[in-house]
Amino acid sequence: MSSRIWHIASNTFREAVRDRVLYNLIAFALLMSGAAVLVGQISIGIERLVVINLGLTAISLFGLVIAIFIGIGLVSKEIDKRTLYTVLSRPVRRWEFIAGKFFGLSGTLVVNTFFMAIGVFIALLYVSHHLTHADAGVLVALYFIILQFVILTALALLFSSFSSPLLSAVFAFSLFVIGSFAEDLRGFARLSHGIARWLATGAAYLVPNFSALNVVSQVAHQVSVSRQLIAYNTAYAVLYTLAVLSATALIFERRNLK
Amino acid sequence: MKRTQRIAAAASATLVFSLAASTLLLWRIDQIRSTATLDEALYVTSPKLLKRLSLGYDGLLADIYWTRVVQYYGAMHRDGGGEYKLLWPLLNLTAQLDPKLTRTYEFGGTFLSSKPPMGAGLPDRAVELVEYGIRENPDNWHLYYDLGFIHYDQKNYSAAADAFLRGSELPNAHPVLKMLAARMAEHGGDIETARMMWTTTYEDSSDKDIRENALLHLRALKVDQDVTALEHLAEVYKQKFKVFPLSFRDMVVAGLLKGIPVDPTGHEYKLEPGGKVIVSNPDDLPFIVKGLPPGYVPSDILKSKPAK
Repeated sequence: MSSRIWHIASNTFREAVRDRVLYNLIAFALLMSGAAVLVGQISIGIERLVVINLGLTAISLFGLVIAIFIGIGLVSKEIDKRTLYTVLSRPVRRWEFIAGKFFGLSGTLVVNTFFMAIGVFIALLYVSHHLTHADAGVLVALYFIILQFVILTALALLFSSFSSPLLSAVFAFSLFVIGSFAEDLRGFARLSHGIARWLATGAAYLVPNFSALNVVSQVAHQVSVSRQLIAYNTAYAVLYTLAVLSATALIFERRNLK
Repeated sequence: MKRTQRIAAAASATLVFSLAASTLLLWRIDQIRSTATLDEALYVTSPKLLKRLSLGYDGLLADIYWTRVVQYYGAMHRDGGGEYKLLWPLLNLTAQLDPKLTRTYEFGGTFLSSKPPMGAGLPDRAVELVEYGIRENPDNWHLYYDLGFIHYDQKNYSAAADAFLRGSELPNAHPVLKMLAARMAEHGGDIETARMMWTTTYEDSSDKDIRENALLHLRALKVDQDVTALEHLAEVYKQKFKVFPLSFRDMVVAGLLKGIPVDPTGHEYKLEPGGKVIVSNPDDLPFIVKGLPPGYVPSDILKSKPAK
């Protein structure tokens, strides 16, 4: 990574910390400690299940909100504050600015997820008194959640490069919902006929596939995730993110900032 | 080429390559996760929990689960059947999420009760599902018909008669219900009653799978009748000529038949030594009781997968 991208990324991370983004960790800590104490009393026999489901879902939702609401402001905020002109007047290319912003927010989300993951494992240890080999599956689910955040950050940046913050949030959130039902969408496509089938299949393959990245229920039930799926999902997330970032760079390069 | 043009060209090439490669990868992911969305029915078995999780969008979620039912049944049926292990939980979740989605009961009633490889072979679950449907949609006569049909299929003619009678009392009920209720008491096991039932199902249903199922049953009834009649004619031939006919042509020459008889799929029946009549394509006639070649094992069973 060039030093210019690195500088923009570290500044984005610092800005997110200054904006008190990581304060969500307090809310998460309260949620997990409350859940860990409560589930022991009200959900006999499925404490582990509840903690994993609740913990991973909360991590996913907290990250989703951060990725979308910080992501949509990454470009527009810089334009509004006119700081973008200062940055671009230096030897920084527009695509480097986009890449830096992307890595900065992704880094913030990874750090955030890391601390929340510690919270989940502490809660898990509290309710089950020990960790088993099967709990390693939670790490896979966490890894997939991070891949979701990476794709979402790229999408939020894409919309932010040409649209208003409000519309960008709507677009990004809608794509997250659609992407979460991507496998059903392809099922719908298979059931349709003629041109509708082609159109539906095209759309189904174009939207991000968040459903394959959601293995929360699977790991909560201690069903292992295949190495093949981990490899494919990683490659998919990288390629899809690359495609979205390329589209963002293309749009941003052509955007008239005067 | 200017610098901005170079960047645009590189970004475009990356976009096209990444998108194409990610689509290919997605296709591979789909192959290794072919039943992933369906497996949720094993994890989230509580309809109440699912309803809460749907945040009020239970109608939409029911529609999604309904398409999963259709996909699951279609894929299993295409692959030669099996135990249809997920059919009940998927149908139950769909029905509880949207109790007014009556297709669930019609489809569930038929394919939960049918024996493998056509269905799950769970008539009790089928009754439970349709009874729930009736409680939620008491004015829908089709559901009483479906319930009566399940009982009839289980040869529980009194329960079938009761269901048909309850349905016939509805103001908009099809007149056939009253007739079926009456027939069940005296002629429950008749071939004519069976024909009437399957014909009504075929004409009444708009579901492709259910209509196909009804058609297969009607064909099977026709074959059972044909075989009985042809074997009787072979006996008549023997009484006349002291030996069984060697072929249907002998029976045509003897004036017992007008031509070589064919089954409902258009294939000629075969006459075996000893006057036994068999079909030439038993795989196309899955519900026949008579006319099966000796030692015949349905290919559906041979190629059926283990429980899913």
